[in-house]
Amino acid sequence: MEFLSDNWGLIQSAFLTTLSLAVASGICALVLGTVLAAMRVSPIPALRGLATSYVEIFRNTPLTVVFFFLVFGLVYVDLQFPSRFVAAVAALSSYTAAFVCEALRSGINAVPAGQAEAARALGLDFRQSLTTIVLPQAFRTVVPPLGNVWIALAKNTSIAAGFAVSDLTALLQRLANANADQLLLIFAVVVLGYLVITLPSAWGISILERRLRIVR
Amino acid sequence: MSASVLFDVPGPRGRRRQRVGSVVGALIVLGLLGLAAWRLGINGQLEPARWAILFDTRTNVPQRLLDALLNTLEVAAVGMVCATVLGALLAVGRLSDHAWVRIPVAAVIEFFRAVPLLVLILFCFLFLPRTGISISAFGALALGLTLYNMAVLAEIIRAGILSVDRGQSEAAYAVGMRKWQVMSFVLVPQAVRRMLPVLIAQLVVLLKDSSLGFIVGYLELLRTARSLVETLNFQFGPIYTFQLYVAAAVIYIVVNLLLSWLARVVERRTGRSTKAAATADTKLPADVQMGGGGGAV
Repeated sequence: MEFLSDNWGLIQSAFLTTLSLAVASGICALVLGTVLAAMRVSPIPALRGLATSYVEIFRNTPLTVVFFFLVFGLVYVDLQFPSRFVAAVAALSSYTAAFVCEALRSGINAVPAGQAEAARALGLDFRQSLTTIVLPQAFRTVVPPLGNVWIALAKNTSIAAGFAVSDLTALLQRLANANADQLLLIFAVVVLGYLVITLPSAWGISILERRLRIVR
Repeated sequence: MSASVLFDVPGPRGRRRQRVGSVVGALIVLGLLGLAAWRLGINGQLEPARWAILFDTRTNVPQRLLDALLNTLEVAAVGMVCATVLGALLAVGRLSDHAWVRIPVAAVIEFFRAVPLLVLILFCFLFLPRTGISISAFGALALGLTLYNMAVLAEIIRAGILSVDRGQSEAAYAVGMRKWQVMSFVLVPQAVRRMLPVLIAQLVVLLKDSSLGFIVGYLELLRTARSLVETLNFQFGPIYTFQLYVAAAVIYIVVNLLLSWLARVVERRTGRSTKAAATADTKLPADVQMGGGGGAV
C-alpha cells in the first residue's frame, strides 16, 4: 500500500492521459466516421470511392503501423505533430473512424426504406433527408456497435505506450522495470485503471440502448 | 436500404455538376498526393536505388522480410488454433446448465475481454518469467493473443450456438443423444459453420494484433523492419528508413486484404450469409472487428 501512495501522482496522471486520449480520439473518430458514412451513401461516385478505399485501407492496417507512420513517417513529407499525444490522437481517431463508418453504414441500411422515400416525397434533398431523417434514426440503432467501438478504442489507447505517450501501459512498463517485487500489484492497478473506463461504459451503453431503442 | 433510396437519380444537369465536382475533387486529391510525392522526391526518398534494396537478395533484406512474414503468420496461426479450441470450450462452458461451471467461465471471458491485449502480452512477458516459467517473446505473444482471442471467439461461438434453430437440439434430444453429444455433434459444428466469416475476420484482427510483437521484441514484420533500418542505417546512413516501413505496411495490407477476400468467398460459399450476418450484427462485440488493444489492433 505504501508503494501505491508513493506513486499515486504517477498513477493519477497516467490514468488521466489514457482517459483524455480515449475521449479526444473518440470525438474525432465519431465526427470523421460520420462524414465518411455520409460520403459512402452519397450520390457522387467519387466521394463513395474515396470513403470506401479509406475504410478498406484503415481496416486492414494494424493500428501499430498507423501509429508508426504518423509518428515516424510524416517527417519524410516535412510534417510533424506538435506532440506525441496529438500524434496518438490522430492515429487512434483515423483508425477508429473506419470502424465508426462501418457501424453507421449498417445503421443507415437498417433504417426502413419507407423513411427515406417519405422524406424524398416531401421534397427534401439528399443532405436534408440524411441529416434530419435517416442519420438520427441510424444513430439510435447503432448505439450498441458504436459503444463496442468506444470500448475497443479505450483498450486500443494502450498501443500509444509504445510510442512515448505516458499512459497506463507506459506506467506499467516503467514501474515494472523499477519495482520488480511489486509486479502483481502494478498489473492489478493498471488493469483496474482500464476496467474503471470500460465497465461503466458498457453499463452506460446498455442503459442508453434501452432508452433509445426504436420499437418497430 | 440501397443508396438509391436516399436521393433521386440525377438528371442531365445534376450529372454534369457531379462530373465537374468529381474531376475537381480528384484533382485536389491528386494534388495533395503529388505534393506529398514532391516533398518525398525533394528529400530523395523516391530514388530507384533506395527502393531497389527491397529486392536485392545480397543485402538479405528480402529474405529477412520473408522470414518476418513467416514469423508473423506463425504466431498468428498458433494463436488462432489455440484460441479457437479454448474459445469453443469456453463457449460451451458458458452455456452449461451448472452454475458452478457457468459463472467462473463467464468471469474468465469478461475479464480477458476487458483487459487490453497489450497488457496481457506484457503480463506474460514480464510476470511469468518471475514465477519461474521461462517464456520467449514468441511464447508471450502467442499466449497473450490466445488468452485475449479465446474470450472474443467464445462470445462469437456462443452467439452462433444460440442462433442454431431450437428444433435441431430438440430433435437431437428426441433421438436419445446426451447433452455433450448434442453440443459436440449437433450444435457446435453448425455454429462454427455459421460463424465462419466472422471467425476469419477475427483471424485478420489476430494477424494485425501480432504487430504488437513490436513492443515485446518478437521479430515480426514491424520489428524486423525496425531492426533492418537500424543495421542499414549503421552501414549506409539513414537512407532506407522510409522504404522499409512502407514495405512492412504494404505486406500487412496485402495479406489482410487477401484474408478479408477469403472471408467474403467463404461467406458466399456457405450461403447462409444473411443469417450469419444478422447474428453478427446484433450480438457480436465490435472488438471482433476492431481488435482489442491492441486489441488492436
